[in-house]
Amino acid sequence: MAGTAVLGRLTWKAAKVVDVVVETRHVKTITFDVPDWPGHRAGQHVDIRLTAEDGYQAERSYSIASAPDGSHLGLTVVRIDDGEVSPYLTDELRPGDRIELRGPIGGYFVWEPAQGGPLLLVAGGSGIAPLMAMIRLRAAAKSDAQTRLLFSSRSWDDIIYREELDRLNGGGLRVVNVLTDRQPPGWTGYGRRVDAEMLAEVGPSPSERPRVYVCGPTPFVEAVAEALVRLGHDPRAIKTERFGPTGG
Amino acid sequence: MDAGMLDGNAVAGLLQEVFAVEVTTATGTCAACGAAGAMGATHVYRGAGFVMRCPHCDNPLVKIVRGDDRLWIDLSGMRTLEVAV
Repeated sequence: MAGTAVLGRLTWKAAKVVDVVVETRHVKTITFDVPDWPGHRAGQHVDIRLTAEDGYQAERSYSIASAPDGSHLGLTVVRIDDGEVSPYLTDELRPGDRIELRGPIGGYFVWEPAQGGPLLLVAGGSGIAPLMAMIRLRAAAKSDAQTRLLFSSRSWDDIIYREELDRLNGGGLRVVNVLTDRQPPGWTGYGRRVDAEMLAEVGPSPSERPRVYVCGPTPFVEAVAEALVRLGHDPRAIKTERFGPTGG
Repeated sequence: MDAGMLDGNAVAGLLQEVFAVEVTTATGTCAACGAAGAMGATHVYRGAGFVMRCPHCDNPLVKIVRGDDRLWIDLSGMRTLEVAV
């Protein structure tokens, strides 16, 4: 990995909404244009700040789901019904609107094509977002890094980026969906929570020394990271991004 | 397990407000157990402020509290911070 870059102070920027896409019933992807955006690395996040008329401010972090692409970046947001920030982002934002954003942030949960593979990506729900940035970058950079994605969703209709993942599946990328709550008729895939047995079946073995990225709700990440260590994966090769109980 | 636990990544933005380098890729050494690891791998708990704990022994490495116009950062739980330059 390159030396830690000197970043300078993090400042808030005005980001303009250029596109809003419905992903699933509760999830939208909002694409922003950010003037002077320095570019980002796959796995990084941004902070978003909303300011009410009375001056009250709420901040949330969102992973960047898009591959690096000039001044554009895509955030995939789950609507939390009693959340302070997500209902505004998913219900109110329209192309042309502006919000405050700062980033890119973080260098730990990051993958670069030059790092190669094999990769084991494990996502729970919207935890797919930073891993999708890696998968998209892998495709854009024509990386041949062997990559397995184990993606846990509640049901078929809750699979975020389902069609795109289906298109990208194949070659060196293997996408394995897990449906924990409801499975469609004829479903032959996994229909339980991610466990050690599943990780052993899907993932490269510890002897292949995969780079492992796990993202999702905290209990999901805890269970997966624990199972991976039990299977013999090097804890230092397992990078985690927990987003707490709900997000917001 | 605390369902609200986060990773060092979660405070990367906060730390980037004051440090000129990306702190989550820096290596911190715990003053209690001596384990060294990436700050991004620490366990982060959020309350009135943030506490970054050693993933090996749970010792609080860094405590961060934000006031109206300042950040208060307690580094007493950490022996060293090693930064690539």
